[in-house]
Amino acid sequence: MSSGGGKFKPGDRVHVRFEDRPGHIRTPWYVRGKSGWIERVYGDFPNPESLAFGGDGLPKRTLYLVAFNQADVWGAAQAPKDKVLVDIYEHWLDPAA
Amino acid sequence: MSNAPTDEHGHEHPRHELSHYAKRIYAIRDLLVEKGVISEKDIQCQIEYQEARSPANGAKLVARAWTDPAFKARLIADPKAACLEMGIDGTSINEFVVLENTEKVRHMVVCTLCSCYPRPILGRPPDWYKSFNYRQRAVNDPRGVMREFGLRLPDEVEVRVHDSTADIRYLVLPLRPRGTESLSRADLEKLVTRDSMIGVMDALPASPKD
Amino acid sequence: MARGHHDVGGLPSAGPVDQTEHVLSDWEIVADAVNQALGARGIKRTDEMRRAREEMDAEEYRDMSYYERWIASIETILIEKKILTKEEIDRRLAAFEKKWGEP
Repeated sequence: MSSGGGKFKPGDRVHVRFEDRPGHIRTPWYVRGKSGWIERVYGDFPNPESLAFGGDGLPKRTLYLVAFNQADVWGAAQAPKDKVLVDIYEHWLDPAA
Repeated sequence: MSNAPTDEHGHEHPRHELSHYAKRIYAIRDLLVEKGVISEKDIQCQIEYQEARSPANGAKLVARAWTDPAFKARLIADPKAACLEMGIDGTSINEFVVLENTEKVRHMVVCTLCSCYPRPILGRPPDWYKSFNYRQRAVNDPRGVMREFGLRLPDEVEVRVHDSTADIRYLVLPLRPRGTESLSRADLEKLVTRDSMIGVMDALPASPKD
Repeated sequence: MARGHHDVGGLPSAGPVDQTEHVLSDWEIVADAVNQALGARGIKRTDEMRRAREEMDAEEYRDMSYYERWIASIETILIEKKILTKEEIDRRLAAFEKKWGEP
């Protein structure tokens, strides 16, 4: 797990892991298993999954603004250009083909 | 669903009529203060801090951004610093991002997982923002939600919904309404509603002149 | 698969957004302030509070109002951190209820 620099940059296509993990997770269900791209790199933050249980949140995780076409998330879009954007931590993202 | 138990005149219910948890906060507060975990002053300070925060802060930022392009650039590049310029204390926000609406793009903000909101700038979120219906529909039916708030957009306009799932707090910079070139900043502020800074509607139109 | 009850983005059958707003009651203002004060003193983190709400019973979660959920999670976290016990909260509340009485 990286904790500085981050392995993705804006424009990279990414796939959100489809995991059903217990604990405090801030990756919403509706984007798990979906593909989008990096819009922004927000930098490193303490991991909320650890903070939620009194942990120190270390090592920090890189947080990204990940954009998705609405059609790719829901199967259909209200309008062709519409998007949904979610703040997702690096350990939930894999490079997409 | 139990909610603020006021009667139709908005009078407070006597405490013995409050719901289970509503009553419990008084016991919890009393014990915390007795044990020195927090003080009465802490509580009072937080109440005052909250009272001082309202959509008027956001409206000031937006109206200035509309009339001062250099300020707008600063607001987008470093929102917390721009707030401080205006005497607005946004320092308790971890990360603050301003989303600029244009003729071609509209932004809308939600927190589907709970109800994160830029409280240090705008104050407390409205009940509807925290509601299940908003949290469920903002991400897959933003145009339907916008229509409920009176905003109908053509398909060519891109709608970008931000789900604020982490420590980033988002503020929408609404589009400046047409025909407002002659308005003062104070008058422009009146057009900037809280809901336009969440993104479910545009700013109010300029009033028609007689 | 265990999707959390709080993880509601995109769930079907949501109705119109009710735009009615209510003026906060005193107990809600107190809950808000206590929550913020505990955070300012570093006693609890927002992440812990969110987790406590996620661990609540799903039906309770949907039946409670926003600030009731906050109060429930404040209590859970304070007890978890051994700052207060349920028994002492019960006792203090009982004393208050006696004072508040019924007219």
